[in-house]
Amino acid sequence: MEKASIPVRIFRFYWEGFRSMTIGKTLWLIILIKLFIMFFVLKVFFFPNYLGRFDEPSEKQDYVSEELIRRATDN
Amino acid sequence: MIETIDSSLIDWSRAQFALTAIYHWLFVPITLGLGIVQAVMETIYYKTGDVFWKKTAQFWMKLFGINFAIGVATGLILEFEFGTNWSNYSWFVGDIFGAPLAIEGIVAFFMEATFIAVMFFGWNKVSKGFHLTSTWLTIVGATISAFWILVANAWMQYPAGMQFNPDTVRNEMASFWSVALSPVALNKFLHTVFSGWIIGSAFVVGIASWYLLKKREQRFALASVKVGAIFGALACILSIVTGDGSAHQVAQKQPMKLAAMEGLYEGSNGAGLVGVGVLNPAKKAYDDGKEAFLCKIEIPLMLSFFAERDLDAYVPGITNIIEGGYTQKDGSTALSAAEKMARGKLAIQALADYREAAKAKNDSLTQQARAALDANFNYFGYGYVNNPSDLIPPVSLTFYAFRLMVIFGGLLLLLFLVAAYLSYRNRFEGKRWLQWSCLISIFAAIAAGQAGWVVAEVGRQPWAIQDILPVSAAISNLSTASVQVTFFIFLALFTILLIAELKIMLNAIKKGPEINPSTLQQLNN
Repeated sequence: MEKASIPVRIFRFYWEGFRSMTIGKTLWLIILIKLFIMFFVLKVFFFPNYLGRFDEPSEKQDYVSEELIRRATDN
Repeated sequence: MIETIDSSLIDWSRAQFALTAIYHWLFVPITLGLGIVQAVMETIYYKTGDVFWKKTAQFWMKLFGINFAIGVATGLILEFEFGTNWSNYSWFVGDIFGAPLAIEGIVAFFMEATFIAVMFFGWNKVSKGFHLTSTWLTIVGATISAFWILVANAWMQYPAGMQFNPDTVRNEMASFWSVALSPVALNKFLHTVFSGWIIGSAFVVGIASWYLLKKREQRFALASVKVGAIFGALACILSIVTGDGSAHQVAQKQPMKLAAMEGLYEGSNGAGLVGVGVLNPAKKAYDDGKEAFLCKIEIPLMLSFFAERDLDAYVPGITNIIEGGYTQKDGSTALSAAEKMARGKLAIQALADYREAAKAKNDSLTQQARAALDANFNYFGYGYVNNPSDLIPPVSLTFYAFRLMVIFGGLLLLLFLVAAYLSYRNRFEGKRWLQWSCLISIFAAIAAGQAGWVVAEVGRQPWAIQDILPVSAAISNLSTASVQVTFFIFLALFTILLIAELKIMLNAIKKGPEINPSTLQQLNN
């Protein structure tokens, strides 16, 4: 029988590995739920990039410099 | 209208970050320590061909996998928090912080992720040698991953290798190697990884002891105790050596943290190290004249030795650091907090002048302001400090956390040495008190690791970046309520994850390695 190509062998390696998992299936489910919550709930709704509202780097640096200067003078 | 920063916003943001870091650090050290233990066991299998060691390594690998799966990516939430809650900080640190984290993400994580697949799926599919190499490379990847994270953290404790650019308001990397190989980074990396090894060892020895208490899996349990206890004792010794190095670095770079760790208000030559002591709760201010301790037992001269490698060296206390005027190791006179605050305000004013002059395209004023900024930048953060006492970290928390770490670390070393000795003399099996101690030591090791981080992070308050940026300037101008909401969301999420981990882990432990002697005999033949 002809030996399969390397990409096919790698695919089979992973495929068979995932298929034969027992406890690993539960763990993968937990990982996927966790990643979904992190990236599609927390990141989107609770952790936006605070400086992301500025389009240009120059606007960000202006904002941060103003904040840094103002907080010192407010003290 | 621009609102001023509320101190409760700082407290809640810090609490949220601490909560995330504490949960993250429950999983990481077990990965670092257990990974080495299982790799050692697989190496014994590779050398001897005894299938017992393969089964033993496979069982610990299963627990490693559970811990890895639950813990993976919890650290990413810290990066979310940088972007949302600590946006001034994130912008200000620029590529200094980004570069190590990017390397961590690209190189180390992918290395870890690639070889972990071979480690779990590759039994009987790849050669024994390739499988063993993959197991070792998985843990090497995890350790390299930890290195880059700790490089980023060490830079916050000891900012080096950067140049502040007032045009971009960012610190730019001037020397990659000064950042990556700073003495603080190297000590921190080694000390933290060795503490992870201790926790991993305590985990192995503790669970193996549970089997012995239950009179189950005795050959497996005794073999695991032998490997775990020797590795744990070695890790404790290495941790003591690197802990000494870390304390020495703290003395050089963060003298206020060292003074808080020791509850030292008045410095002296030939200062003693407080072995155990009870702080005086009535002492509320550095200059209130009250005694710092209700009682203490000191080891004479040792603080001077650990701090400066000289039994008679001068170690400044909190009052001395605030008031300045003492002679430093390089012969210069230490500035007082008031002088540093004045220079910090000059630096911030120079930044304002620079940006104003640059907008007006006034080159000579720009150059003048730049020169003033450069001359005072090392004190930039002091410009945000109102009161010298704000420079003092929480002394009691730092003091007691340090002692908890050291005392638990010492007890763990003793426990590992006794467990290793008795297991090699075949006398461990009958010592139920020792087995119980080993089981409890899992919690002691985790507590010691967490206490170490409390010392490192609480002890350096009020700084986000030592001397350069306090937390009050680093924080985003969010509403406190929004941070409170995300704090409780994290609390719920992480608690659910922890319960899931414990449930799956305990089920796997209850099931056991299922090593059947007759099957082993057949496989070995």
